[in-house]
Formats: sequence, C-alpha cells, structure tokens
Amino acid sequence: MADSSHGAPGTSVTVATPDRELDEFENPGLPPHRPRLADRDRRAEKRAERQVALLFFISVLGTLLFFVGYFAIPLNETVERLRLQNLMLGLGTAFAMLGIGVGIVHWAKTLMPDHEVTESRHEIRPERDRQDAEKIVNDILDESGIKRRPLIRNTLLGAAILAPLPAIAIFRDLGPLPGNTLKQTMWDTGVRLTRDPSGTPIRASDVTVGSAFHVIPEGLNEVENKLEEKAKAVVLLMRLDPEELNPSPGRENWGYDGIVAYSKICTHVGCPVALYEQQTHHLLCPCHQSTFDLEQECKVIFGPAARPLPQLPIEVDDEGYLVASSDFQEPVGPSFWERG
Amino acid sequence: MSSSTATQTYVPKTRVGKVTDYVDSRVGGSGIVKEFGRKIFPDHWTFMFGEVALYTFVILLISGTFLTFFYDPSMAETHYEGSYLPLRGVEMSVAYASSLDISFDIRGGLFMRQIHHWAALLFAASVAVHMLRVFFTGAFRRPREFNWVVGCVLLILSLAAGFTGYSLPDDLLSGNGLRIIDGVMKAIPVVGTYLSFFLFGGEFPGTMIIGRLYVLHILLIPAVILLLIGIHLFMVVLHKHTQFAGPGRTNTNVVGYPVGPVYAAKAGGFFFIVFGVLAAIAAAFTINPIWNYGPYDPSPVSAGTQPDWYIGWVDGALRLMPGTIGSNFDFEFMIPFPWGVNALSLNVLIPALVPATIVFALMFAWPWIEAWVTKDRREHHLLNRPRNAPTRTAIGVAGIVFYCVLWAAASSDLIATHFLVSLNDVTYWLRFLVIFGPILAFMATRRIALALQRKDREIALHGRETGRIVRLPHGEFIEVHEPVDDYKRYTLVSFDSPEVTVPKADADGKIGLLDKVHGRVSRFFFEDRVAPVTPKELSASHGDHHDEIAGAKDRESIASH
Repeated sequence: MADSSHGAPGTSVTVATPDRELDEFENPGLPPHRPRLADRDRRAEKRAERQVALLFFISVLGTLLFFVGYFAIPLNETVERLRLQNLMLGLGTAFAMLGIGVGIVHWAKTLMPDHEVTESRHEIRPERDRQDAEKIVNDILDESGIKRRPLIRNTLLGAAILAPLPAIAIFRDLGPLPGNTLKQTMWDTGVRLTRDPSGTPIRASDVTVGSAFHVIPEGLNEVENKLEEKAKAVVLLMRLDPEELNPSPGRENWGYDGIVAYSKICTHVGCPVALYEQQTHHLLCPCHQSTFDLEQECKVIFGPAARPLPQLPIEVDDEGYLVASSDFQEPVGPSFWERG
Repeated sequence: MSSSTATQTYVPKTRVGKVTDYVDSRVGGSGIVKEFGRKIFPDHWTFMFGEVALYTFVILLISGTFLTFFYDPSMAETHYEGSYLPLRGVEMSVAYASSLDISFDIRGGLFMRQIHHWAALLFAASVAVHMLRVFFTGAFRRPREFNWVVGCVLLILSLAAGFTGYSLPDDLLSGNGLRIIDGVMKAIPVVGTYLSFFLFGGEFPGTMIIGRLYVLHILLIPAVILLLIGIHLFMVVLHKHTQFAGPGRTNTNVVGYPVGPVYAAKAGGFFFIVFGVLAAIAAAFTINPIWNYGPYDPSPVSAGTQPDWYIGWVDGALRLMPGTIGSNFDFEFMIPFPWGVNALSLNVLIPALVPATIVFALMFAWPWIEAWVTKDRREHHLLNRPRNAPTRTAIGVAGIVFYCVLWAAASSDLIATHFLVSLNDVTYWLRFLVIFGPILAFMATRRIALALQRKDREIALHGRETGRIVRLPHGEFIEVHEPVDDYKRYTLVSFDSPEVTVPKADADGKIGLLDKVHGRVSRFFFEDRVAPVTPKELSASHGDHHDEIAGAKDRESIASH
C-alpha cells in the first residue's frame, strides 16, 4: 500500500536507500541509567523518606490553619477582618494542598523507580480492520438501499433540512423586535434636566462657566424600566463661554447662553463618555478613548468613534429651569444597521 | 454464561487479588488495568501546560459549584441589607446583592470567589500556552490534526466560559463590559439589532441577560468543555503522547515512565500543587473587588478599568481602530437602499471581527496549511525543537507579537498614565506596531532560529568551546574543543530539514498555477535552511586536531568517574 509506507508506526520508517543510511546518524539508544543519590546511599534514602513525611505533615498544619481561620475569626463589618480571614483560609488551603502535592512529587522523584521504559507504538488503523470496516459500511449502505432509491434519499434530505428549523424559530421570543425603541428617549419638549442620580432640577443660573453636570430626564427614577431608559437618556451638561461654541446653521438655539447638553453615551460602543477636560473642552470616553470636541459640536477628534455625540436641544422654562426643547434629533449611542 | 465457571475456579491469593477479583467478576476491569496500569508517558516540562489546564478546570468545577449554592442570578431590584456598610440601602440587582453576600456574609465565600476567578484566568492562560507548545513543537501534525481542532474549540470555549462568568456579579465593571458587547453586536449588518434584542430580551440592559449568561456559564459551556476534554484525552491515549527526539527515542516507540506508580504520582501530585498555588494567590491577591465598583448603572464608569486578560486583545483592537481619518472621512458608511438608508459601522466591525477571524482561522487550518506546504503525509510522533522549524516558529512568534500588541492596547490609558506619556502617542505607536511588529518579529525570529541551528551544527561537529588555549609544539595556538558524547550529538542532529520543492512541469510542459504558488510558498518556508550534520561531515571534521587532545582528556575524565 502506498499509504503505509508513509512512516506509519509498525511499518519500517527506514525509507532508506543504502547511501542514504550513511547520511544519518545511528540512534545510539537510551543513555545508561544514572543512579540517584537515594539509590546508592541508604542515608540519603532515609532522608528523602523523612522529607516526604515532613511535607505531608505541613499539609496537616495547613488544614488546621484553615479551621482556625474559619472558626476563630468572626467576621464583623470591616473589610480588614474579611481580608485576614481570607488570608488564613487561603494560606491554609495552599499549605494543605502544596504539602500533599510537593510531597508526592518528591516521593516519585527520589524514591520511586526512575528507569525509563520503552514501549512501541501501535498502528492506529491496522490494514485488515480498515478493509473490514469499509466493507461493513458499504454493506450497510447497500442493504439500506439509500443509493438505489433516490426518491427516499431526497425526501429524507429535504425533511432533515427542514426539521431543525422549528428549533431555531422557537427562540424567536427571546426578545421583542427593536421597532422604534432605539430612536426614542425620555426627552421631550419641556422635560426638565435633573441631576443624576438625585433627580433634582437644574436652574440655568446653577450652571457656571466651566462646570459640568451629569443629567437625567425628570421622572426617570420613577419609571418601570429605569435602566433601559437611563442607558439612552443620560446627558452631560456644560457651560462654556458662548464665544467658544461654533453652532452650525439650524443649531444656534439648541443651547442657552453657552450651556449645551450632549448625549453621554459614546457613539462607538456605548460606554458613558464620563471624562470632561475643562481646559480643552474635550470629552473623553474612558473605555476606548474616543475624544470629542465641544467647540466643534462634539466632533470626533481622536479614537475609534466615527460620529459626533448627539446634542440635546435645551431652553429655559418660565421658572428658570433647564428643559429639553425636543427629543434628540438622531438616535443616541452605538450605531446600528437601521439607524439610517 | 460459560465464563462464569472460569471466575469460580480462580481463587485469589493476595488481598489485592481478592478486592480486584470482587470488582472484576462484576464489572470487569482487568483489561483496563492491563492496558493502562503500566502505560508509558513521555516526560518533559512543556507537557505540563495541558495538565495545568485540566486541573484548573477541575478546580473551577469545585469552586464554581460552591458559588452556585449562594448566588442568585436574578436582575430583580432589591435594596442591599448585608454587612458591607458603604452599600447598605443602595438599590441594586439581586444578583449583585447575592455576590456581595458571598463575599461578606458567607465564610470562605470570598476565598471561593477569588480562587474561582484566578483559576479562570489560569485556565484560559494554560490552554493558550499549551496550544503554543503544541504549535511550536509540531505536535499538531498527522495523526493529531483533529485533536488540534478540538483544542482550538476548547480555547474558544474557555474564553466564552470566562466572559459569561465575568458578567454574573452584575457590578458596574462587568455591566460596562456587556455594554460594549451590546455595542459591537449592534454594529453587525442586518441582524445586529435583532441579535442584541434577543440576547438581552429587549433593550439593553433589560432584566434577562444575567439569567441567560448564568445558564450558559454553569450548564452549557462547562458540559461541552467536559465532553471535549473527554474526546481530547481519548485521542491522547489513542495516539500515545509525542516525545522529543533524542537517544533511544524513535518515531515508533514511546520512552518514559509507566503510569503506575511514577507518572500517576507526579501527575496526581501536580494537581495538588496547582490547587495549592491557586489557593496561595487567592489568599494574597484581591481580584475583582466588586464592592468597590457598585451596582451596574449606565451612567457612571471608572477610568483605567481593564477587562480580564483573555478579552483584552479584542478590546485593544477596538481602541486602536481609528473611527475617522482627517476631518472629512469616517468609517461609518451610510448605504442608501431602496427602502432607506442603513448604517455600516466599519470602525467597530473591523477591529471586533478581523483580528479574531484571522487568528482563529489560521489556528484551525494550520495543520493542513503546513501539510500542504511540506507535502509531508508521514505520521509524526517526534516533536520538533522550535529552532528546527524556523519558518513555523517565526510565524508563531509573529502571531504572539500581533496578539500582545493588541493586548497592550487594551491598557493604552494605563501605559500613558504610568509612564507619563501622551495617550494619543501610545495609540499611534501601537497602531504602527500592530502592523509592523509581527513582520519584524518574523524576520528576527527566523534569523535567531537559523543561528541557533548553526550553533547546534557547530557543537555537533566540533564540540563545546572549553576556553582552554593550548600552544602546540610548532607554536600554533588553538582553543581546545570538547567533543560531545554520542547521546548529546544525536539529540543535535536528529531532525528533518525539508527542502524547497521546485514545481514540476506536467506532460505539456506547463506548470499549473497552484504548483507555482506552492513552489513560491515552499521557497518562502525552506529557502533558508540549515541541514543536520551527517556522519560524513563529522568524520571529515575530525581532520581538525583540536578535539583530539580534548577527546583524550574527555575519555580520561569519563573513565575516572
């Protein structure tokens, strides 16, 4: 067989023509066994025995240490006590395990026989078995008649392809369809801007130049699906010198006297853009370092985000509180296929 | 049954015989003992990595089972009432509250959490290092290709197990990790939004995700891992373990220690050592102090946070990808369709999918790629020393560098703050390195491997430099070389060094395109090669008188021992 001359074990590997044999060194065989100290010296052997026993004894001490930590150290309300207990439980377990482990390995290395033994490999697939197996499979196929009866074969194939589909379809109710939910937030005309997390409203006069507020829409803390709404609606509120803002046409009245509000959800993959650099007026996302420039309507100036942060149009109501003039004009957060 | 008469006539004489006969006559087992009791396993320190992986998995099962008794995967709202004062009264999910209870109110719970987390990190690491060992020594070659593939799947599953577990405490840090997963998912064209809604049971974060990840984490993923470990080990037994080439070792034998007692003792003892080391780490080093992070909330985030190490490279890729180039080009494309405009976020898709796809595709296919290049269909039970396969080793190191640059990128902000350099510069440098680092690493590694091979040749031919300078009677100074013994020399010379296969023309005198490509790839792989020393070369080199003096000395010193 062409196959079995490919150096399969059991067959000869010396694929050698006579002059090739000159090109290779002969395998000198296993090197002579070198006795260990414990093989030659009875005192060394006894010493190794005592060392192994000592290691096992250390394991016993480790187990005891665990119990001391578990029963003798009552937890109170401090983290320090917890750490102490954790240390004792951990070190106890460590000694208990290492004592046994190192002991056994030391025993094996010093006292158990260290003669290397040679065993020959067997062919994974004896030639005769393979032929028998091939014949059996062919017989089975013949007897089933699947080759001779294409009608049966093809209908079975069709049925087998269709049958698993319900198993996929049944997962449909894992979640609702997205619908319009990703394009809407709680912000709407007249919704007050409130502090995150307390929910207290913010007056325009509270926002001094250079300050920044983490903002949620009024009433967020009371809604049923609070975290989902919050994941879309959180906003950063900042006040700059109106001279430094460069609103594009149509967005001149989205801010109020240098106060502007931008979505806090990064347009990259949705982390909160939580870092505000007061001097440069840059917003930085701590997850992947996308950097947005407030002076250019939160345009991306560095990092992996591709879109500016959406701006929330705001104004001031009769009582002097900041309110949204409308919802965001585009979907907030990471991009999705239907964003359009 | 006729065999029952046989068991009745056998009368065991020793105590062991009585016990084994009792078992054997009921369930059999003599055959298994005969087969495995003295089976030979080759020994080498690099073979331990797979054992570490297996043992950490056992430790994960033990510690994980303990944790399930106290953990509650519910995202229902509750107010924390446990013993950690700073969070008392804070609104949070039941999952987070029960994770805090495990840490503060269950004795040993924190220890179990820490050993579980450390073991998970070590599990992924040991699987990865084990695969590197298999790669660099060529242990994936025929007949072990399938087992390599099983190993690749196990690596992916170990990452999946790690990530699903990472998210379970429902703390601020892991919640932000899920937020990133959600963002990446939504970037997938056409189905992304739906996938996200199905996974989270609606809008992010929803109230379903923790329970679902929990089922994956404690049932599905470990079950598949266990099954694959079974298959993996079955194939190890079937193929018998590989061994390094050396005196007495051939492609048709296995040299090593028998399972009973030496190998079993060493391997069994090693389980306790791995357990002990993990326990010591869990005792001394805090990991994932969830009480410092607080419950998940989509608004706050802490700077300088890191994912677990095995996810780091994907996070790093996300960081390195520029979202915009210049002030007018960005990687989010708005594609007009008849039904409207759809968004394609290549700034997310490319880094999330491309590096992982390249690495895993190459990994899965490598045994067949290499077999195609070498046209070698022989069975290989002898391992390569990495230096003896220079191109493969260089490709492996290039892969490691690629991975490590991405991994470093996941800490770009920490690199910037620790070394007081600009974050932007760190990112620019890493962008450069992720492209050119692997190329440089490839070239350097191949040169180093070839140089080491030349050094081996030198030693095999002329022996070791002793540093002794001798003046010969006619005035010449020489340095005495000490020749190596036959055993050592055989280790240095017994390796295959494939040569370039030149494409052959067919009957019409034409060379097919595939053959041409193969010829080029073969040249790329094997053009630079160092052949093993042959006996002819060795006897020719004995013309040098250098080693004869030393040879005589050497023989004396061996005799005196």
